[in-house]
Amino acid sequence: MSVNRRDFLKIAGMAGSSLLAGAPGRSEAAVAGVEFYGLLIDTTKCIGCRSCEEACNEQNGLPEPEVPFDRESVFETKRDTSPGAYTVLNRFPNEKDPDNPVFVRRQCLHCCQPACASACLTKAMEKTKEGPVIYNKDRCMGCRYCMIACPQDIPKFEYGSAFPYIRKCIFCYDRLKAGERPACVDACPEDATIFGTRRELLEIARTRIYENPDKYVHHIYGEHEVGGSGTMYLSAVPFEQLGFRTDLGTTPYPEHTSGFLYGVPLVFVLWPSILIGLNYLAEDRNKEKNHEEEG
Amino acid sequence: MKRKGNDIERPRKVLQGVRDFVRFIASEMKPKGKIWTPFNVISGTIIAVGIVLIAIRFYMGLGAVTNLSQDYPWGIWIGFDVITGVAFAGGAYVLTFVVHIMKFEKYEPIVRVTVLNGFLAYVFYAGALLLDLGRPWNVVNPIIGNSFGLSSVLFLVAWHFLLYMICEFIEFSPAIAEWLNWEKTRRIVEKMTIGAVIFGITLSTLHQSGLGALFLLAPAKIHPLWYSYYIPVLFFVSSIFAGLSMVIIESTFTHRIFHHRIGNRLRASHDDILLGLAKGCIGALFAYLFLKVIELVHGGHWGLLATPMGYWYLVEIVGFVVLPIFLFGAAIKRRNVRLVQFTSFFTAIGVVLNRLNVSIIAFKWYAPVRYYPSWIEIWVTLAVISMELWVFRWVINRMPVFKEHPAAKEAMDDITPVGEVVRWKASAS
Repeated sequence: MSVNRRDFLKIAGMAGSSLLAGAPGRSEAAVAGVEFYGLLIDTTKCIGCRSCEEACNEQNGLPEPEVPFDRESVFETKRDTSPGAYTVLNRFPNEKDPDNPVFVRRQCLHCCQPACASACLTKAMEKTKEGPVIYNKDRCMGCRYCMIACPQDIPKFEYGSAFPYIRKCIFCYDRLKAGERPACVDACPEDATIFGTRRELLEIARTRIYENPDKYVHHIYGEHEVGGSGTMYLSAVPFEQLGFRTDLGTTPYPEHTSGFLYGVPLVFVLWPSILIGLNYLAEDRNKEKNHEEEG
Repeated sequence: MKRKGNDIERPRKVLQGVRDFVRFIASEMKPKGKIWTPFNVISGTIIAVGIVLIAIRFYMGLGAVTNLSQDYPWGIWIGFDVITGVAFAGGAYVLTFVVHIMKFEKYEPIVRVTVLNGFLAYVFYAGALLLDLGRPWNVVNPIIGNSFGLSSVLFLVAWHFLLYMICEFIEFSPAIAEWLNWEKTRRIVEKMTIGAVIFGITLSTLHQSGLGALFLLAPAKIHPLWYSYYIPVLFFVSSIFAGLSMVIIESTFTHRIFHHRIGNRLRASHDDILLGLAKGCIGALFAYLFLKVIELVHGGHWGLLATPMGYWYLVEIVGFVVLPIFLFGAAIKRRNVRLVQFTSFFTAIGVVLNRLNVSIIAFKWYAPVRYYPSWIEIWVTLAVISMELWVFRWVINRMPVFKEHPAAKEAMDDITPVGEVVRWKASAS
């Protein structure tokens, strides 16, 4: 039932959009056959050294962290990314092996169909054809709708500044274009974070699970979540124990609003014609009423 | 010789015209009536301090004056000022539909004031958006820039705000032309009215629902009792009774405060009009309730009703949708205008609740640290409202908003004799 309705709206919407500008554009990310680059983060390999954080701060010219990189006390509280830290490492208890806590990196997942980019009205958030979701700061008006939309709460806003920007990991886009890997990948001493195309990384992740079926949970976080993401995770313990949201579903976020957007040209065509018709009828009615009253 | 004389005379005439115009505007700028009234003192203080606070906001950034956080990027400046304010401005598109499209002339005397209210609401409350934007100077980017985010609902809403403001200005401009005594201009803009109305209703349908559609992108953050695919439709339908109840509230005040500015026709039919608007409210409220129930059944979230958020949901629905339906019903049956006015307040509070629920209260209901507005956010909101009221009063006291322009009246009589009949009826009653 709902599928039929959606299909109908899509067909009607496409017919309408050919007539009218301002109709919804198809997400560029949905184009088939494009190989996105991504990261595979194997949380079983991470030793919590924070080299990735350090490399990230250096690469992006971010300030020194509140707790120095060599201080272990940093793991006593759960941290979130901030305008001054695009990636942060958190420690979680390991129920399988209590002596070896799990370290999880948190940063932008570079969704295949990002909510932030579909929310942005100035294309400041942009999904590139290489895969990274980048931020064109000169276009941004600071409305923070990307923050409302992002299912992972990744974009962060500079509330303390009179000339604020949104800040988040941009996958070291400049390095990528120069043929280099992101700084955090180069810095990782344990190869806990590896770089590749999304297809390669999925193959590697699956192989690891197949070869060590008891070690890993049989799930690759980011393979299907909100339509898939460039950055994906492997874990030995269930993801919900590592602070991941597992209730996001597999629907790409832009699809949540596409139904509404397809309805827009529909209303633009139907409403004026209906209104003109009603107006015509109402005038007719009033004229008749007049005749009656006069007669 | 003759031509030469004309050439010299024309600039002189124009200059004289400009001089008269400036003098007229200058004289109209002066306040009318007493200056040191309690209302002026209080609202003046609020505005003066508000301007200082706004200056601090632009100098120090949003973090210095608001309680916004990385978890709550939108506070009451968006949730109340913009989203609720625009819902209340919905009366303009509903009434222009009733009067200009459906030709129910009974409501004609209140169209102008409603459109004025709607226009000012957009200018001030949608304008309050600029305070909340981090980089407000970039607000023109989606309009004239090369960066059109076509897949964004917010892109649609931004464009529609702009276009609808133009529509409402055109709808109101006959009053401005009458005030300035620009007869030719008045005739031109009068003819543009119906086009502006049709375009305006279409735009309103889309951006009233679009404000709801904004939240479709946050399915995992809004409490399941409030998140639904119906949000756009719910926002649209509720904007009808939000707008109508605001028209009733506004007329309750203006009728007392601006008694001297109100024409005989409106005085005679005022009660009748309010009762009619109440009927409209009931219809929209009932449709809204029906949609809410369908959504609850479809969503299958019955179990959540027995949680604290569920009780809160029931307060909103039973207290501020079901109850107003009964109250309006009783008021209409007994022709009790007082009760209509009281119920309108009630309904309006329900709309505020609903918009705040979707945008703030049910948003990240699971967050350990919740958002509460800072006193500065509330103060600035009050300052924006006060400024709007000042401009509203200024316009009401000068332009023919309630009274009809004598020439317009004659013209109307020529075109539509129906108006004559209604007027005759009104004056007889």
